[in-house]
Amino acid sequence: MSALLIAEQVLNGLQFGVMLFLMAAGLTLIFGVMGLINLAHGSLYMIGAFAAAAVAGATGSFLLALLAALVAAALAGALVELAIIRRLYNKDHLDQVLATFALILIFSEGTRWLFGSFPLYLDTPDWLSGPVRLPGGVLYPAYRLALIVFGFAVAAGLWLLITRTRLGIKIRAGENDREMIAALGVDITRLYTLVFALGAGLAGLAGALVGAIQSVQVGMGEPVLILAFVVIVIGGIGSIGGALVAALLVGLTDTLGGIFLPEAFKLFMDPAKATTVGSAFASMAIYILMAAVLVWRPTGLFGARG
Amino acid sequence: MKSKTLLAAAGLAALAASAQAEVKVGMITTLSGGGASLGIDTRDGFMLAIEQAGRDDVEVIIEDDQRKPDVAVQLADKMIQSDKVDLLTGIVWSNLAMAVVPAATAQGLFYLSTNAAPAQLAGKGCNPKYFSVSYQNDNLHEAAGAYTKSTGYAKPFILAPNYPAGHDSLNGFKRFYDGELAGEIYTELGQTDYAAEIAQIRASGADSVFFFLPGGMGISFLKQYAESGVDLPLVGPAFSFDQGILQAVGEAALGVKNTSQWSKDIDNEANAAFVAGFEEKYDRLPSLYAAQGYDTANLLLSALDKADIADADAFRAALAEADFASVRGDFSFAANQHPVQDIYVREVIKEGEIFTNKIVGTALEDRANAYVEDCSM
Repeated sequence: MSALLIAEQVLNGLQFGVMLFLMAAGLTLIFGVMGLINLAHGSLYMIGAFAAAAVAGATGSFLLALLAALVAAALAGALVELAIIRRLYNKDHLDQVLATFALILIFSEGTRWLFGSFPLYLDTPDWLSGPVRLPGGVLYPAYRLALIVFGFAVAAGLWLLITRTRLGIKIRAGENDREMIAALGVDITRLYTLVFALGAGLAGLAGALVGAIQSVQVGMGEPVLILAFVVIVIGGIGSIGGALVAALLVGLTDTLGGIFLPEAFKLFMDPAKATTVGSAFASMAIYILMAAVLVWRPTGLFGARG
Repeated sequence: MKSKTLLAAAGLAALAASAQAEVKVGMITTLSGGGASLGIDTRDGFMLAIEQAGRDDVEVIIEDDQRKPDVAVQLADKMIQSDKVDLLTGIVWSNLAMAVVPAATAQGLFYLSTNAAPAQLAGKGCNPKYFSVSYQNDNLHEAAGAYTKSTGYAKPFILAPNYPAGHDSLNGFKRFYDGELAGEIYTELGQTDYAAEIAQIRASGADSVFFFLPGGMGISFLKQYAESGVDLPLVGPAFSFDQGILQAVGEAALGVKNTSQWSKDIDNEANAAFVAGFEEKYDRLPSLYAAQGYDTANLLLSALDKADIADADAFRAALAEADFASVRGDFSFAANQHPVQDIYVREVIKEGEIFTNKIVGTALEDRANAYVEDCSM
C-alpha cells in the first residue's frame, strides 16, 4: 500500500466529512434549539440538488445553481416550519417522527411529479473539472478539493455566526433554556423559523454540491440522513463544533476503514476471505465508532445534555 | 402510490363496453421510489405492444411494488386471489422475483419475466410455468468478460455491489475471462461515493475496469471516474448505460463499451416499429427495459393466438415456440426456458443533443446460459 494511496484516501475522508457536516449542522441545530427530530432533512438535501440541476440546466451557471439550491431549500424549510413543524414542538418525538416521515413521502412524490422519474443531469463546472497534482505527486479531482475548502469555510462562517452575532447568542440561549429567552422578550417563533430555514439551506447546499458528482434523483437524501444522525449523536446533540469533529471522524473512519481493514485481515487470513470479511467490518466501522463513543461519553463528544 | 390502473387495450374496443376481457394479466412493477424509471419503461413497453396489436381481449392490471419484496408478495396474493389473474409479469428486481415467482408458479400461474432472472430460477429451481423473456442474470456480465478477453486486456479491475446479483455479475464475468485480475471488490448496495474505490483502481496497476453498478450508483461512479483523472478503459453491462440514465451521466459516459442483448439500432422491422412507436407515444427514446416489456407482451400475444391459457400444457408449448417478431432479431428458448440470443457490445455516442448507444460488435453469439444442465425439465 503506497503513501500516495493513503494520502488520496485521507483527502477523500475529509471531503466526505465536510459534506456530512453541512447536513449534520442543520440537523443538530434544529434538534438542539427546538428539540425536534426532523426526518425530512434528507428531502431538503434533495430539493437543493433538484433546484441546482434545474437552474444549471436553464442558465448554465454553477454558482447561480448553488445559490438557487440554498434559496430553494431554505424557502422550503421555512414554509414547512410555518405550516407543519410548528405544530409539533410540544408533541413527543414519536409524533414528530411520524409527521416528518410523511413529509419525506410528500416531498419525494412531489419531486417526481414535477421532475419525472428519471435522474437529472448536474455536472461540475468547467473551471473545476479534471484532476490537479498536489505537492507530493497526489493526483486529486479539483472539484473535491474545492469541496473540502468550501466545507471548512462554511464551518468557519457558522462558528462566527454562533459565537459573534446577536442571532448566534439567541440560538445558544435557545438551546440552553427556551422558556427563559421567550420570557426575556425574544420572538421565539421567528427564531425557530430562522433556524429551521438556516438548517434547510445548509442541507440544500450540500445536496447541490454533492449532486454534481453523484446522481440527482428522488430518494437521494435518505442514505445521507442516517449518516448525519450518526454524526450528531457522536458529536453531541446541539453542538456545531461537535458536529464538525464527528463528521470528520465518521468520514475518515468510513474511507480509511474501507482500505485498511481488508489489508489488516489479510495478515492472518487468505486474501479472498479477508476482502469479504474486511469490507463487511468496514461497513460497520462507523456504527462501532458510535457505540464506542457512547460507552465512553453517553451524551456524545461535546454533548451538554444529561 | 397505490394507483390502480385498469387498462383494456385498444381505443375502439373500449367503446364496445360489453366486450369481456378473456385474459387477465397482473403486472407487478416498480413505479415509485428510486428505481421507478425501470418499472415505468417496462410498463410502457408492454402496453405499447398490446396497443399496437389492437387487442381487446387482454386486460392488464398494473400495481406498484415500491421495490419492496413484502409489497410485491401482497400484490401477487391480491392479484391471484381476488383479481383472478391468469398470468403474472413485470418484476424488475431479482430479490422481489425470488419472493413472488416460486409461490405464483406453485399456485399454477404462468410467470413471464420482463427483467429479473436470478440463477436460482434458471437451474434447480426452474419451473415449467416460468419463462424469462429478458436474459439470464449472468448473461450481460459473461459477455463483458468475453469482450474484455477478446480485446486483449490482461489486468482488469472488477467491482459490483455486494448483493446476489452483484455476486452473479462478477462470477459471470470470470466465467468468460480467465486471466489475471488487478483487483476485485464488492461495494455497498446503494453507495453513492466511489472516491475510495477509484483510488484503489488508480493504485492497482489495472489496464481496464469492469463494473456493474445499476441505476444511480452507475451515474455517481461514472461522473467521479471522469473527474479523477484515471484514464483506463471502462466496460460494463448495459444497466449503467441505459437510455433513462445516460442523459444524467452526460459526457462522462462517452465512448464507454457496454454489453446488451438489445440496442435501438438493431436492424430489423420489429425493432424499427418499436422504437418509432415508443418515441411517438411517450416522447422519449426507449430503454432496454422497455424493449423487454415489449417483447414479453408480444410473446404473450403470440401464445394466446395459438392456445387457450386455461390449457396449461398447450399454452406452455405455444410460449416455448417463441413465435413472435422479437426486437432483438433471432430469439428462441433454451431447455430451461431462458432466451438463446446474441449479446452485443455497444458504445456510448452522442446523437445531436442526446446520449445513446450504437452497436460496435457481437460479444457472444446464440448464448443460452450456464444453468441449462442443472434444470431437470
